[in-house]
Amino acid sequence: MAATTEELVDFDEALDKYDPVLGFEVHVELNTKTKMFSDAPNVFGDEPNTNVTPVCLGLPGVLPVVNKTAVEYSILIGLALNCKIAETCGFARKNYFYPDTPKNFQTSQYEDPIAYDGYLDIELEDGEVFRVEIERAHMEEDAGKLTHMGGAAGRIQGADFSLVDYNRAGVPLVEIVTKPIVGAGKRAPELAKAYVAAVREIVKNLGVSDARMERGNVRCDANVSLMPKGADKFGTRSETKNVNSLRAVEHAVRFEIERHAAVLEAGQKVVQETRHWHEDTRTTTAGRPKSDADDYRYFPEPDLVPVVTTAEWIEELRSRLPEPPAERRKRLKADWGYSDAEFRDVVNAGLLDAIEETIAAGASAAVARKWWMGEISRLAKNADTDPEGLGVTPATIVELNGLIEAKKINDKIARQVLEFVLAGEGTPAEIVEKRGLAVVNDDSALGAAIEDAMAAMPDVVAKIKDGKLQAIGALIGPVMKATRGQADAGRVRELVLEKLGVEG
Amino acid sequence: MTEIIKLSATELAEKLRAGEVTSVQAVQAHLDRIAAVDGGERGVNAFLHLNAEEALAVAAEVDTIRAAGGAEAEALHPLAGVPIAIKDLIVTVGQPTTAGSRMLEGWMSPYDATVITKIRAAKLPMLGKTNLDEFAMGSSTEHSAYGPTRNPWDLDRIPGGSGGGSAAAVAAFEAPLALGTDTGGSIRQPGAVTGTVGVKPTYGGVSRYGAIAMASSLDQIGPVSRTVLDSAYLHELIGGHDPRDSTSLNEPVPALVEAARQGLTGDLTGVRVGVIAELQGEGYEAGVQARFDESLEVLRAAGAEIVEVHCPNFKYALGAYYLIMPSEVSSNLAKFDGVRYGKRVIPADGPVTIERVMGATRAAGFGDEVKRRIILGTYALSAGYYDAYYGSAQKVRTLVQRDFDAAFEKADVLISPTAPTVAFALGSKTDDPLAMYLNDVATIPANLAGVPGISVPGGLSEGLPVGIQFLAPAHEDARLYRVGAALESLLEKGWGGPLISQAPDLASAEKEGVA
Repeated sequence: MAATTEELVDFDEALDKYDPVLGFEVHVELNTKTKMFSDAPNVFGDEPNTNVTPVCLGLPGVLPVVNKTAVEYSILIGLALNCKIAETCGFARKNYFYPDTPKNFQTSQYEDPIAYDGYLDIELEDGEVFRVEIERAHMEEDAGKLTHMGGAAGRIQGADFSLVDYNRAGVPLVEIVTKPIVGAGKRAPELAKAYVAAVREIVKNLGVSDARMERGNVRCDANVSLMPKGADKFGTRSETKNVNSLRAVEHAVRFEIERHAAVLEAGQKVVQETRHWHEDTRTTTAGRPKSDADDYRYFPEPDLVPVVTTAEWIEELRSRLPEPPAERRKRLKADWGYSDAEFRDVVNAGLLDAIEETIAAGASAAVARKWWMGEISRLAKNADTDPEGLGVTPATIVELNGLIEAKKINDKIARQVLEFVLAGEGTPAEIVEKRGLAVVNDDSALGAAIEDAMAAMPDVVAKIKDGKLQAIGALIGPVMKATRGQADAGRVRELVLEKLGVEG
Repeated sequence: MTEIIKLSATELAEKLRAGEVTSVQAVQAHLDRIAAVDGGERGVNAFLHLNAEEALAVAAEVDTIRAAGGAEAEALHPLAGVPIAIKDLIVTVGQPTTAGSRMLEGWMSPYDATVITKIRAAKLPMLGKTNLDEFAMGSSTEHSAYGPTRNPWDLDRIPGGSGGGSAAAVAAFEAPLALGTDTGGSIRQPGAVTGTVGVKPTYGGVSRYGAIAMASSLDQIGPVSRTVLDSAYLHELIGGHDPRDSTSLNEPVPALVEAARQGLTGDLTGVRVGVIAELQGEGYEAGVQARFDESLEVLRAAGAEIVEVHCPNFKYALGAYYLIMPSEVSSNLAKFDGVRYGKRVIPADGPVTIERVMGATRAAGFGDEVKRRIILGTYALSAGYYDAYYGSAQKVRTLVQRDFDAAFEKADVLISPTAPTVAFALGSKTDDPLAMYLNDVATIPANLAGVPGISVPGGLSEGLPVGIQFLAPAHEDARLYRVGAALESLLEKGWGGPLISQAPDLASAEKEGVA
């Protein structure tokens, strides 16, 4: 085994000397109703081994049948990635023994992927655009899920036994493979994150995947190699498997650049191998050596006939493509008039849809942003959920804002009303009515409370008359108390000054 | 009345309809016959499992429907109540399916093969499951993990393979009908050496769903019977599109019974029969060649035009087959690993890891011939060898298909001996795989090209049956039934009855043996 090093080279130093070359294999689980080759339900989170048929268990005698919807979804992904779509393509068997693969081969595509030769323009935060070229997107089936029991950290090494759940076996996957990405330099980690985010966004936008990385709907293998600056011959690459969050993709690429640089600086050779990503330490460790000697004995799947795509079919699918996320963002930013920073925050918070819907319901862009990025995000954080997961409807926001503009309630009360809405007490107007939360704007009612307060605190009144206006604060408390918090503090101040004949 | 077991399926079906025989009587007669001739030291050993209870229940159901008459009785399938035997490669609910292997000993399928679903719907009582070479790999049934089947014509000889059990059951009057599977000749060659009829349909003509795959691109399920007409009825029943098999043809089943009946008139005027020059002469026993030549004369006399065709690439077919078939085998049989079903062997010594359990299970569960083919196929698909082996073999496959295309320009059907020899002695070739493989030299080209083939009895050589094979273009299975039935009826005139009636009486032989 080749020497390894635990030392890292500082990222900036590494990239002063070396050019990174990246490559990504992103697996996308499709959200079809049934599996890739059987009519078993494709559902996440059910009791183990319940969403299975003889076909996805690989029982003797069974045959696969291609899921047409999965093919359509794959074509949609191909089109969204600006790929060419194969007129005819087939499946192949990738042979290897592993207990999560019921047939001990994976039915995949090999020489003729359904989509190939595409690209995706990736916009980084400062607006710089990188074009990532897509080599291919091919269809295949997922494996089952192994759970190793009794060993350390759920690893197979040292486990007493392993459990296998075949619910996931046969779930349709599209594997998107990039061409080598050269020229990202110091922006490589950033680009890595942005690329995976873009793919995730596209498949979510297409509606072909639930795209939840935490559930493994989108899984990334990141390839990294370094070559001396200015060289054109790629270095030896490592493949970090299952980097399954956007942040992790960024960190893994950064770590591997630092590690490769250290290996090279030490005069050693980078080992071509798979690496395991460890989220806790943000490091990778060596997996199994990966070499060209891996022999999966691919051959054409004899149980399936080729998939033939007609031009009419592809055009019909193309007509179903939604607006690409990047173009949509450009359009919305211009429409809403947000600053770069404001818009970026909205995008990062994943609230484009929510704000767009709220504006469509009648709110101004500023109001929609204020609520979603403000109070709703705060409540979501407290509840440990997404803002969109709270259940606030655009209609609620429009109604709340209407009440504020009509001066029925103030911002503070509006925030309380929202909590009552979420607690299921009714619409904002109903709650204001029921709980008697309307702001007290009636000067006579306020006046009485103020008179009472001044009568109770003659020393305060004397201070105010002497020009110590900050003493008014002492009167506001009792007035608020008397009006159950519904007084407008500004108006109270105005009335006190008016009554005492003091200039504000 | 003729003994029930000697009736053809069509004759039995007639008698069932006429009320002369009940289905329960028919099933019981066959169960009695099985009890008499199948077991024991020198029994035929065609059956691995008997399904007496269910078969009698289905028979009783048919009898009840018939007795009640009316629309339901009218709607019964022509073969309703006629018993059938199933090759133990085809999965069945309620009966074990072993594939002739220790690997699946005691395994019960939770689902029915599509052909079984059709047989159940048509209410054919299933007598049981028949013996075969392990996972259908062999030409003699000697590679069964459950002992060889014996040829009813001579109990010291092989019944052919892999479907020796189905062919022997039909030849020994243990069943009038059976299902087989044919990957390189496993229906036709046993038919030839047992004096029965066997048909490999056009690839895709019959659903493979539920037939345990040996080589997916070559396998076909087909009928086994004592007459061509019987096979036509069974073929029409099991044929047709199946959404569970992507390779099944989406077209109606041809009118096979009609074609067989047309053939039985014995008139072949205008039919061009192509003699394949490469499938005769050297390597073919003199007795086989003689019966073949006589058949040509009979066909000519019936009005057929006999032409010679050349298929120069057929000489590479056997070699290509023994690369493509094992390649697919190596992948298809990977699923038998002890993880989910079937045999599981925990290694006696050393750590119990998944890899070692898989290894121990496969070492103990598979026989030598299966292992041989898995090793061959794994090698042929390996990086660096793929192009030379699997790749070249696929090219040969294309050339064989082109030979067929050219031959079918000149002829409506092609003809050859089904097997180069008559049944050989048990044990005579088990140590010589290459000699064993040569048995399939005439049947393999049809599997490589996906075209249909039939074997019909062509007479005897040294007291043992010789088979005549017809081949037709893909989708033209009906032609096989026409010429097959014609040759059958013309030859039977010369023999004074079916060839099978010349077979020794096993029951009395058994008695003599005991005495």
